[in-house]
Amino acid sequence: MIESLVSILLIAGGLFAAIAGAGLLRFPDVLMRMHASTKAGTLGVGLSVVGSAFYFTDDMVTTKAVLIVLFILLTAPVAAHLIGRAAYRTKTPLWEPTIIDDQSNPSDQPKAD
Amino acid sequence: MIPVSTAITIAMALTVVGLICACIRLILGPSRADRVVSLDLLTILLVAIAAQLAILYDVAAYLDLGLAIGLIGFLATVAFARYIESSPSKTPTEEVEVTNNPTAQTPIQESIKSPAQGDLK
Repeated sequence: MIESLVSILLIAGGLFAAIAGAGLLRFPDVLMRMHASTKAGTLGVGLSVVGSAFYFTDDMVTTKAVLIVLFILLTAPVAAHLIGRAAYRTKTPLWEPTIIDDQSNPSDQPKAD
Repeated sequence: MIPVSTAITIAMALTVVGLICACIRLILGPSRADRVVSLDLLTILLVAIAAQLAILYDVAAYLDLGLAIGLIGFLATVAFARYIESSPSKTPTEEVEVTNNPTAQTPIQESIKSPAQGDLK
């Protein structure tokens, strides 16, 4: 029972990791690539680590796994936000069919630090 | 159901596919932000590889490796993001911007060249 649960979690984690890689490779824009890699990558790592926690069924291992998942859930959005802000401020070109750029009004531009 | 040994092989193969895609984007990536994003995905997927190695070798200590990689990867991503935000870049995107308005650079180049030509005369 637990074995099949571990198998399902591991394969789902691997699938999400592969999807994150494919999105990073195929999307046309920095922000879209970041969207793919951050969300799918976080889910893939979380499923893999939870799968290992179920495999060992040990208190210490479960604690470490929960720590890893919590840490990644906390830091992945922060890192993605920082990269996105840096990419926008260095004027990395957006995808050509982009129709709305909320920061394009000059009065809304954030002042440089 | 699928035994864990088969599942771990499939999962590691799929994760390695993701890692290879991230490496290709790291090499291709037209801007610096692309490369930082792919480095971020590389470190995150290495945490998944560490968790899968823990199951493959039945050694729980590999999870500590995953925790350490996660910590260091976050710090590296933050440092790279601050770096590309604070430094003038020479990526292809900036070159495109320069070629779009050539008036921004020509006066400086002329002012640099003109005294040298005067010296030659």
